[in-house]
Amino acid sequence: MNEPILELEGLTKVYPGGLKALDDVSLSIRPGEIFALLGPNGAGKTTLIGAVCGLVRPSSGRMVAFGHDLATDWRKARARIGLVPQELSTDMFEPVIRAVSYSRGLFGLAPDPARIEEILRSLSLWDKRDERIMALSGGMKRRVLIAKALAHEPDLLFLDEPTAGVDVELRKGMWAIIDQMRARGVTIILTTHYIEEAELMADRVGIINRGKLLMVDEKDAMMARLGRTEAHIALAAPLAVLPQALARFPVELEEGGTSLCYRGGDGTGKGKAEVAELTKALVAEGIDFTGIETRESSLEDIFVSLLGEGEVAA
Amino acid sequence: MIGWRSTWSIYKRELVRFLRTAFQSVLAPVLTTSLYFIVFGAAIGGRMPDLGGVDYGAFIIPGLLMLTLLGETTSNSSFGIYMPRFTGTIYELLSAPVGVAETLIGFVGAAATKSLILAAIILVTARLFVDYSIAHPLLAVVYIMLVAAAFSLFGFILGIWADNFEKLGIIPMLFLTPLTFLGGTFYSIDMLPEPWDTIALANPIVYLVSGLRWTFYGSSDVDIRISFAITLGFLAVCVAIIAYIFKTGWRLRA
Repeated sequence: MNEPILELEGLTKVYPGGLKALDDVSLSIRPGEIFALLGPNGAGKTTLIGAVCGLVRPSSGRMVAFGHDLATDWRKARARIGLVPQELSTDMFEPVIRAVSYSRGLFGLAPDPARIEEILRSLSLWDKRDERIMALSGGMKRRVLIAKALAHEPDLLFLDEPTAGVDVELRKGMWAIIDQMRARGVTIILTTHYIEEAELMADRVGIINRGKLLMVDEKDAMMARLGRTEAHIALAAPLAVLPQALARFPVELEEGGTSLCYRGGDGTGKGKAEVAELTKALVAEGIDFTGIETRESSLEDIFVSLLGEGEVAA
Repeated sequence: MIGWRSTWSIYKRELVRFLRTAFQSVLAPVLTTSLYFIVFGAAIGGRMPDLGGVDYGAFIIPGLLMLTLLGETTSNSSFGIYMPRFTGTIYELLSAPVGVAETLIGFVGAAATKSLILAAIILVTARLFVDYSIAHPLLAVVYIMLVAAAFSLFGFILGIWADNFEKLGIIPMLFLTPLTFLGGTFYSIDMLPEPWDTIALANPIVYLVSGLRWTFYGSSDVDIRISFAITLGFLAVCVAIIAYIFKTGWRLRA
């Protein structure tokens, strides 16, 4: 197992005024992974990124990146970290290529026009290199911010809500870009409140709410552990009681016995197989049915239920 | 350890920003200086006696230079750091492996360079109106550089302190310009009646104008050593404040 690329221990941030944006957050990021930090607005995602990137001063806790303590040895660590902020903040009067070259220099690297060209081409910005950033569309401006963050060839890249307010097509383009970066071996931590994005891109998912990291797990493991299959079978004739032959399935009668509801499985497809078995059992018992509706619970359901638990706990 | 590449990047970018508005940056001081020379040098100066053996038109050159230098340096430097804070682009500087030394040398160095360019322009413009020579040219350059560096630092603090455009403009407008006008730009402190000549010595700008005047003409209201000491002291105080700001992250980091 590779050493973690970033380790947070007991990270806490209390803003003046008492708002606890981060509450004892501990997290390890592995090299090469895409980690999605999922949470509603105001959950603490941006504060967490800000703390690692030097924009926010943590109240307590320890942060180690690439083996360097970020409190003392921050120069070496930050040289390898890139940040794409949520807001489209950049010098709008600058031409694209100059803005990107500046970022490389700011991080202490020698000019490398070939590398800058490669980055701009990979983000389809090469044709726009001499245009002022203010003249670009919103999607392109965001790509400029990514190019700026990649200019110093970081090993760890933070993408803060990379697809917030971006239309569907651009969002897909952004996912392709993230894939490209993963292929290059860049470790990516992305924050999002689009669950679909986390489901599609991430290797691991962390769920954060009210500054607390509620759960961190492999996306597939999380789905397996907390995922469910739900099937509704419309019966041709209502049943008064559940036949003994169906007792081995997690089913119950609903809607006055006209619908048989299955709730089971684990998010790995086991539920679907069991529903197939259930239908065979119904046929064997001579119970006629007129329709089947199945639904796999998504990361979204897991997310909502976890947040719900959090609310109760709070 | 200073990251010179980072420093150079900041410095270069700030100068490019200056060049983007070069026409305005150059034309404004040329016009202002010309107007002062027409009014004070030619119209009024002709009826004024020599001051300390220096023709009145020539006498006001160091003061006018200081007037523009202080105003422009402070505003250049304060805008240099305020604008990234205002637009949010400061995230890049804060997330980079860049410390107080790189930031200061980059931003303040650029602001000071712009000031030196302005000083040169003003001196050339002045030459069109008045015949003058500089008694201690090397010291004059050193002194102008010192003042430019000190007020770039001062502007930098102002740019970090200000949380709106009004605050950004209020210090130069309400304090710097009046104090410079009252700091012996157009007259010698000796010309003031008691107690105003003593009160004038409480104005720190008096020492700056006087110091620069000494490097030009070899005589001034205040001992040149005091002028140098006050300038260096002001510079040191500004550096200490900025070091504190970076250490605590005041108004920079949440």
